[in-house]
Amino acid sequence: MKDGILVFVEQNGGKLDRVAWEALAAGQKLAAELGCEVSCVVLGKSAAAAGQQLASARVAQVCVGEAEPLVSYTPDGYALALKEIIQTLEPAWVVFNHTYQVRDFAPKLAASLGGGLASDCVGYRVENQRVTLLRQAFQGKFACEVELTGPAPHFVSFQAGVFREDSVERQSESAPVRTFEISIAPGQVRTRPEEPFREAKQSVDLTQAEMIVAVGRGIKGPEGLETVGKLAEALGAEIAASRPVCDNGWLPMDRQVGSSGQTVAPKLYLALGISGAIQHQVGMKGSHTIVAVNKDAEAPIFEVATYGIVGDLFEVVGPLIEEIKKLKASG
Amino acid sequence: MKIAVALKQVPTRDALLRLSESKSWIEERDVSFEVNEPDAYALEEALQLKEKHGGEVVVCSLGPPRVQQAIKEALAKGADRAIHFEDTQFTQLDANGTATVLSKVLESERPDLVLTGLQSDDLGYAQTGVILAERLGYPHATIVMEIQIDGEKLRVKRELEAGWFQWVSMPLPALLTIQSGINKPRYASLRGIMQAKSKPISKVTAGELGLGSEDLSPKQNIVRLYVPERKSNTEFLQGSAQQMAAQLVDKLRNEARVL
Repeated sequence: MKDGILVFVEQNGGKLDRVAWEALAAGQKLAAELGCEVSCVVLGKSAAAAGQQLASARVAQVCVGEAEPLVSYTPDGYALALKEIIQTLEPAWVVFNHTYQVRDFAPKLAASLGGGLASDCVGYRVENQRVTLLRQAFQGKFACEVELTGPAPHFVSFQAGVFREDSVERQSESAPVRTFEISIAPGQVRTRPEEPFREAKQSVDLTQAEMIVAVGRGIKGPEGLETVGKLAEALGAEIAASRPVCDNGWLPMDRQVGSSGQTVAPKLYLALGISGAIQHQVGMKGSHTIVAVNKDAEAPIFEVATYGIVGDLFEVVGPLIEEIKKLKASG
Repeated sequence: MKIAVALKQVPTRDALLRLSESKSWIEERDVSFEVNEPDAYALEEALQLKEKHGGEVVVCSLGPPRVQQAIKEALAKGADRAIHFEDTQFTQLDANGTATVLSKVLESERPDLVLTGLQSDDLGYAQTGVILAERLGYPHATIVMEIQIDGEKLRVKRELEAGWFQWVSMPLPALLTIQSGINKPRYASLRGIMQAKSKPISKVTAGELGLGSEDLSPKQNIVRLYVPERKSNTEFLQGSAQQMAAQLVDKLRNEARVL
């Protein structure tokens, strides 16, 4: 394992979801290009069950970290456990998916081992064994290449969707599973998590909507919602929003589409004044047809839009309502 | 209680950015800066906690002279004093370097609570706060949407993915990274602006902190910045608003067949 790649796989009650396999796919690809071994590690309650599923992937070994304090996720517990496993295995690279959980503990883990973490990467390049990582900067206005310096281990987290779950290579024989009994003293885990919950008032199920009219910062204020509401009404669409609109209280949080809100895939997604930061895109890019109206022709939303209008949304919405009404009237 | 807030200044959202000659940063001349959005929410949260529990709010900001504007704005909103980390050695630090610099002062300040935004709008590493907690030996929680303090006990609501939340308790002192939307940031009052003029801003350099270039050498180097090639298949509509609306409805009906 020394100088190989260790992939951290996030599990939830023994279940592995899409991002878990994406992380594994990332590690396998990087290992193939660097010509080294790839192993994976899974922690926590039901880790052994998740480990069994992972053993079907083409990996050198599956490491399972178990300890009483790992029953629920805590940043202290996970950072301590992984530190111990990394110090034993001495990998050159530790690979993560950039999930909320990883964001919570990976910087701490990397700092505790004196390593650098390239977070939220969208790609990489290998030249003569040198790894250059690709990130976004300035809200996606620029791409940014970074290199990690100093001695191994190096840490990298990839954005969801960069690697494909179905590209994980399998093997017919099960990979060996190695269990690590982690010793964590009671006082070392300082945070006490309670059970995760959803807000009861989450009443709007946007995932069932066939059409969605979504608004972003470009609507400027709650006054703009009236016209947009008329457009939604004409279409028979639900109204949704990007995060800043909900942060400002212009629309309730349960109308939010994106990584911290709902993930939708309607027939028609009309994005008005939404720049299309990646956090928003992950929640809507599966839509069948995407229309984007934005003042900025360089806005990232135009990377996923089917049809685009560069201009002021308020100038477009009025005529659009008229055209839709005309169409509906003509049957 | 003593609350420290880390503020970063970033280019305004609608700023037109150009690459610098080195191609590893932006040309900062002619760009206007503002307080990083999640940091503004962190400051507001600190001010509200002070109003509820008493104590003081200390603003920490690292950067060239331009960050004085962000500091003064924070003081005008009600922060009590500020620490400005200013040194050419602090230019373009990575998250590790920034956390190292901040930790040097906060180790002696020993605030009960440190608040930062969850990430910056420029590089978006989302690491400085968590590394700072590690350096200070503080427990931490990230992506916080609500804070409850009862004596020495802290209970916070963390945002998880896809509409899930979780309450987490921990002892003080602690560090929290704050999510946008946790509160409604206030505007500075005229009185606040006047009062801010007499509030202390202490300046701190690398030498004063006993930090050499080795302590601040990055673990992460920016090789280059560039304008990404847009992989856009978007069909852009042209003409007047009226014409574009008509074309769009026609295409949605006859091409995409969604109307």
